[in-house]
Amino acid sequence: MLEEGNIINELLIERLNYFIYVVLLLIGLYGMIAKKNLIKKLIGMSIFQTAIILFYVSVAVKEGSTIPIYLPEHDPHGHTGDIKESNITDAIHAGPSVLKSELVKDYSNPLPHVLMLTAIVVGVGTLGLALALCLRIYQGYGTIEEDELLAKMESREIRSKSLSVQIPKEKSEISNRRKPPSKKGKPQPTSKSKSVSKKKSVSTSKSENQVSVKSSRSQKNKKAVKKVVGSKVSNKGNKS
Amino acid sequence: MKIFTLIPVLFVGALLLYAAKDFPEWGSPSGPASDSPVSSHFIANTGVDTEVPNMVTAVLADYRGFDTMFETVVVFIAGMAVIAILKNSGRKKPVRREYEVDAEPDLIVTNTVRLLIPVIQIFAFYVLAHGHVSPGGGFQGGVLMGASFILVALSWDLETALARFPMQWTTIVAGLGIVLYAGIGIFSMFLGGEFLDYAELAKVFPVSREMARYHAMLGVEIGVGLTVTAIMFSLYANLSSEGRLQRGL
Amino acid sequence: MENAIAWILIFPLLGSVACAILGIFNRKICYPIAVFSMAGSFWAGIETLIQVISVDGHIVSYLFGGWTLDAYPRGVGIEFHADILAILITLVVLGVGLIVALYSKLPVQEETPDKEPLFYTLFLLQITGLAGICLTGDAFNLYVLIEVAALTGYGLIAMGSNRAAAATFNYLILGTIGASLYLLGVGYIYIKTGTLNMVGIREVILAQGLAESPTMQVAFVLIGIGILIKMAFFPFHAWLPNAYCNAPTTTSSLLAPLVTKVMIYVMIRMILSVFGVEFSFESNLWTELLPWLVVVAIICAAVMALAQREIKRMLSYLIVAEVGYMVGGVWIYNYYGMIGSIFHIISDACMTLCLFLGTGIILRKCKTTHFDGLRGLFSKMPLTMSGFFIGGFSIIGLPPTCGFFSKWYLITGGMVSERWEYMVVLMFSTMVMVVLFFRMIERIYLAVSESGKNLGHGHGDLGLNEEQTRFDEGPLSMVIPLLLAAATVMVIGIYNQNVVDLIELFLEAFDLPKGTMR
Repeated sequence: MLEEGNIINELLIERLNYFIYVVLLLIGLYGMIAKKNLIKKLIGMSIFQTAIILFYVSVAVKEGSTIPIYLPEHDPHGHTGDIKESNITDAIHAGPSVLKSELVKDYSNPLPHVLMLTAIVVGVGTLGLALALCLRIYQGYGTIEEDELLAKMESREIRSKSLSVQIPKEKSEISNRRKPPSKKGKPQPTSKSKSVSKKKSVSTSKSENQVSVKSSRSQKNKKAVKKVVGSKVSNKGNKS
Repeated sequence: MKIFTLIPVLFVGALLLYAAKDFPEWGSPSGPASDSPVSSHFIANTGVDTEVPNMVTAVLADYRGFDTMFETVVVFIAGMAVIAILKNSGRKKPVRREYEVDAEPDLIVTNTVRLLIPVIQIFAFYVLAHGHVSPGGGFQGGVLMGASFILVALSWDLETALARFPMQWTTIVAGLGIVLYAGIGIFSMFLGGEFLDYAELAKVFPVSREMARYHAMLGVEIGVGLTVTAIMFSLYANLSSEGRLQRGL
Repeated sequence: MENAIAWILIFPLLGSVACAILGIFNRKICYPIAVFSMAGSFWAGIETLIQVISVDGHIVSYLFGGWTLDAYPRGVGIEFHADILAILITLVVLGVGLIVALYSKLPVQEETPDKEPLFYTLFLLQITGLAGICLTGDAFNLYVLIEVAALTGYGLIAMGSNRAAAATFNYLILGTIGASLYLLGVGYIYIKTGTLNMVGIREVILAQGLAESPTMQVAFVLIGIGILIKMAFFPFHAWLPNAYCNAPTTTSSLLAPLVTKVMIYVMIRMILSVFGVEFSFESNLWTELLPWLVVVAIICAAVMALAQREIKRMLSYLIVAEVGYMVGGVWIYNYYGMIGSIFHIISDACMTLCLFLGTGIILRKCKTTHFDGLRGLFSKMPLTMSGFFIGGFSIIGLPPTCGFFSKWYLITGGMVSERWEYMVVLMFSTMVMVVLFFRMIERIYLAVSESGKNLGHGHGDLGLNEEQTRFDEGPLSMVIPLLLAAATVMVIGIYNQNVVDLIELFLEAFDLPKGTMR
């Protein structure tokens, strides 16, 4: 199982570092998508971004190289240290000079480190903003579990929708009720309007029940609806 | 349900590992990234171009200085957005929960911190200024400095820290950091170069072109440090007190 | 002025810091600062456009830090690579930003009181990020600017109500996945090519023949999926309706026209300039699979838009459908399809701007954007409604608005490359949009209630009393930008040939087939 060229060998032995970063990345990605708690999602996001940072930093490694800061013998400001202990045989230069190309491989690649400084800072900024959002959601809804949050949002939406949709229907009812007797005194339009108003009264009473169940603040609204229904009933009583 | 989310995650993993056999050996000095003309130029020529021994700081603040400016802007945005989200959002009076206890600042903690904070702040200045010759720079120094203010807030309370660094001053200092960074860039533009071409500053200051880059990098790092300090503290203050700026952690 | 391309970004950046600092002392100063910065940036954009058109090769290359290409290798410094496509989209971004900045005075005061300095700070930084995305020529700089645009977007949306904060969280998670996948893709490119400059990457791919390597293919897929998430392409579109509906008025007017379109520009840039036409389109998987996914996307989005009862939510689903058009136009691998996509970016930004500006005025005047609250608006607010409906006609595709011409090119592309499924779904969705907008016109102009019953007596009588149909136009600072946007839609439509000439000038450098590929 562990011979050369086999996929397990490749993944686990030759490319072990990349395999580890991919596993970390998948843990983070799974946390972001599958977890219901908002804070756990953020932890997943943090792990995800860390895995990407580790991947980039691993690109910069060169075997046997040192950190990308000039050693004293290559220092651009000239040699300032004690040379007796060191083993330098090159001539000591007085000012900055281009590094010889075979010495380039003695230093790690600086570019991925720079890129990841930026990525870490961006990740911190995003995390701070996301935590502020979690605070705001908790203040507004009292929960940071995604399913409870969705349920609360939906119930508030239905409540506000039933309140706002009530008003135009009422206006039309009032205007509908007033106009037919003044314009046309024939029985047929009034009976049509009566049947329509009866249908409307059924729907308003149903929605009135909804309103009374869902919100206790709309006392004024309920009274207005009751008045309309009450006066319509009296009107119907008058006509019949 | 969780199985359904596992499938795309595993698909992404398989996709990423499919390319793994094509990568260069880990640590090989002849891989395309390690051997490219760009990175070889950085390693070989940083001393000649900028006279800064730390290649990472040189690349960060000079070669790719435009990126660093936007990184500072990201920190600034995070701070501003947190203020914008949390301002006037909660109750006016904080809710007292049963487990919360009003604690007096402890004698030992406050006196230890009183001795430590000046040392931390001097170390922050050291890290910022020595970013040219050792690992360090604007971000690192700025975080240390911001942490010193957070330490005040943790040992005493948030009001004490805010008395030393009021919230309005954090916005002003953060903005000044970006103005310093962009200002150095615009000044270079007025002197005839491109935006953020520090070498043009040699026309007004009595230094060589390379040393002009050296000194301008320090100026730019100071700007970055100011912004990071202010925003670190501002983030802590807003997040710990839910935007109310009273009675933090 | 040769540094105009840098001034495009510097004006909003300094303006935002000025708003943040000076706004502490005086809140009212932020609006003039914002308008002035946007005007300066727009002027710098026009200067850059003139430079791009007049220079040989039509490319302006600006290296930050003075690391010019004659003395240093490519990729040592960060480059702004402005060709015709880049500067056109940048001008669209700046123009939309200027119009929304003019519009924003009253909604910001009403919907987010006390937070005006913060709003304008984030607003100007959003424009900086979006304009920078369009201009940059460096792959990692693109990631940083995507994050600038994204973070300001989250802040701008979440400044509204609590519902907005909940919607923003979902947007944040998905947006971070998208941007991080893009970053991972750039990492895969870097590990194989060693450079981050877009032109440099293309040179290395061509020189070393990396088109076959699995790393580059996986990098292409990762970048593709990341950008598709950020542009709200089906099935990753779940964040868009919630985020744009619950956001404050000015925020949705700024984000809806711009964010998704700039991401489509990024996709076109990656396909054409970084990976190259042969690499991107040689794989049959993408060119066969994506148009079918586009078909599903457009049908689902159009049907969901039909089911909505509220204007903003309907418009959000229309945005998802429009994104589907543009992605389809690119991936049918045709010259006319690509022209159609690029022209559609420009025209869709303008018409979405019209619609969202109009919705903002309706919301301010009628306190609701539900369909039931819209009766009699045409006599109440004729200017607003005419501006709104010019945007609507452009989405449907009526000449001489610009939407007609962009749809014309997209349908031509579909026909010429014998992609009948794409053409049919374009026509189907056009019919759906006709139904949507004429239903709204009926409701507004003819007062038909929810059940379809005519509430008035006969033609034109709205069943409303005199008070409700009095002329009561929206405030002038909101109506004039709307009319400007509507005028832009008409002007781009009338002068469409000039715009298409510029786009064709850009596409000459690439070798897209003009006929069928089968």
